[in-house]
Amino acid sequence: MTTDVLPAVEVPLLELRDVGKVYRSGSLEVEALRGASTSIRAGEFVAIMGPSGSGKSTLMHVLGCLDSPTSGTYRLAGQDVSAMSEEELAEVRNRWIGFVFQQFNLLRSLTAGRNVELPLCYAGIPRAERSARASEALARVGLADRVEHRPGELSGGQQQRVAIARALVGDPALILADEPTGNLDSAATADVLGLLADLHAAGRTIVLITHESDVAAAAQRTLRILDGAICGDSDRVPEGARG
Amino acid sequence: MNWLETVRTGLEAVLSHRLRSGLTVLGILIGIAAVMLTVGLGLGAQKQISQQINSLGSNLLIVTPGSVTSSSGVRGGFGTASTLTVADATALTSKVVAPDIAAVAPTVQRSESLSTGTSNWTTTVVGTMPDWLPVRARTVDSGRFLTSQDVSDHAAVVVLAATTAQELFGARDAVGQTVTITDVPLTVVGVLSTAGSTAVANEDDQAIVPLTTASGRLFGGANRFSLQAIYLQAQSSDTLSAAYQEAESELSTMHHVLSPASADFTITSQQSILNTATSVTQTLTVLLGGIAAISLLVGGVGVMNIMLVSVTERIREIGLRKALGATPRVIRRQFLVEASVLGLAGGVLGVLLGVAAGIGLSRLISQPIVISATATLGALAVAVAIGLVFGVYPASRAARLAPIEALRSE
Repeated sequence: MTTDVLPAVEVPLLELRDVGKVYRSGSLEVEALRGASTSIRAGEFVAIMGPSGSGKSTLMHVLGCLDSPTSGTYRLAGQDVSAMSEEELAEVRNRWIGFVFQQFNLLRSLTAGRNVELPLCYAGIPRAERSARASEALARVGLADRVEHRPGELSGGQQQRVAIARALVGDPALILADEPTGNLDSAATADVLGLLADLHAAGRTIVLITHESDVAAAAQRTLRILDGAICGDSDRVPEGARG
Repeated sequence: MNWLETVRTGLEAVLSHRLRSGLTVLGILIGIAAVMLTVGLGLGAQKQISQQINSLGSNLLIVTPGSVTSSSGVRGGFGTASTLTVADATALTSKVVAPDIAAVAPTVQRSESLSTGTSNWTTTVVGTMPDWLPVRARTVDSGRFLTSQDVSDHAAVVVLAATTAQELFGARDAVGQTVTITDVPLTVVGVLSTAGSTAVANEDDQAIVPLTTASGRLFGGANRFSLQAIYLQAQSSDTLSAAYQEAESELSTMHHVLSPASADFTITSQQSILNTATSVTQTLTVLLGGIAAISLLVGGVGVMNIMLVSVTERIREIGLRKALGATPRVIRRQFLVEASVLGLAGGVLGVLLGVAAGIGLSRLISQPIVISATATLGALAVAVAIGLVFGVYPASRAARLAPIEALRSE
């Protein structure tokens, strides 16, 4: 919100314009996104809310470069992502985005420390630096003493905190959390949301996807999505009239 | 991500899925060891049989009385007819008649009981000439062999084969002792070195006496002068067929044989025995090789299944790794390393097991097992290739999926 000096030249961190996504499976076509447009600036904490089937997960996959849109343009830090090659996309995911999934998605065979190290492995960072940064990230989420534990030895809340440590270890511009509290009890939910709020306070951009309004309340700004389009934005109130 | 890091990641994955890795290694290992053993058994049998046939002597022709008529009908009398005589053998020693025959050893033989007064042993008593020793490629261990003098004197001497000497005299020196055969006391003048046992007849259990002593003093009956066989040695392997023809023509003349079909003797060459035996054992080796190939195939299908299942259940992992920044190439390399490590481990262990089991089994069944480098390398290549193809190909396909599709898969 320090945009008052030169608002015209500021490039939003994320910019979606008329993004559509159609899934084809056999003869069946499902239009998951229809003309979704929005922009998110660096340093924002945004919740994307919508009922199940509204397309919010698809939106998150597009935002995270895990899937490519079938129409429209998506710019990440001013770069058109839809034009990128597989290798470039891998690098964008590695450098710019940290993921937190509902299912945690930790590799069960690796220790917490090695799980957190993974993004750094793919960034080609030397081993000693990797393990130092992984320990640091685990300390940041309050799991300094769990570096050598495997996911099976940790509670759900702890596993999600390991996943958050993995998301922030590479120092990405954006942290994307897809229903991060969906599998957690209320204490662990509060814990994870508090952690995300702390990260936001430290200046990171966070996009949180949820269908629960009390989870969305942790964010600064809420985007509502329905039937594949953005239908409400707490930042610009009359957005719902669009479309 | 550099190669060192990729290798480390691959090893980590192999070690953290111990059961799966173990089963894959086991599949490769059993396939390779099975091929090595079965082919080794076949080759071992082949080698043993050709050794046995070669141990009969070198460049050998064997003349036996009677004849065998091929499939058209059976002419009786093979080996029992009494048509070969010492005169036949003597004729063949002539350098004019048979220049390509180097040595001639006529033999008569009977099964007789040998006695030392304290022990008895029944064995084959062979009456022959001094040339028997070189013709049959034997050597004397102690004492001497028969001489021409012994033959012309009808001497009461005997040379014992190793087992016979052992049975009659134990650890004592047999040379100089007396052995009684059909009430005739004979002096033991020599003991033969061991020839190694053969499947056909035990060459180490016999007693050799002068031909004249056998027919004139030991054996009874009307046919005691008829020979059981004449062993001929050709000058060299090149003159073997010339020697064969010389023997055939001379004997035909002496026996008034007009056409080869009515011959009352048969000449067998060592080579023809060897050829028959080799064709039998080759069939055996091919058969065993076929069984081995099937077991390799079964092992390969096992490896293929484990690899496919393993990659399929790791598609989520591939999706996650891609989400965290792995390129398809890095994923492919990781699975390549994993499959190579498993293939290599299975291969090395399989070869070790094959060699160890080969040594163990050949002791156990006292049959030689010849480890074939070709079969080993072929089995190794097939097993490792199956592991690589079915480990890398599905992973490489999964690596091309959009990360979210891979992440969503169950």
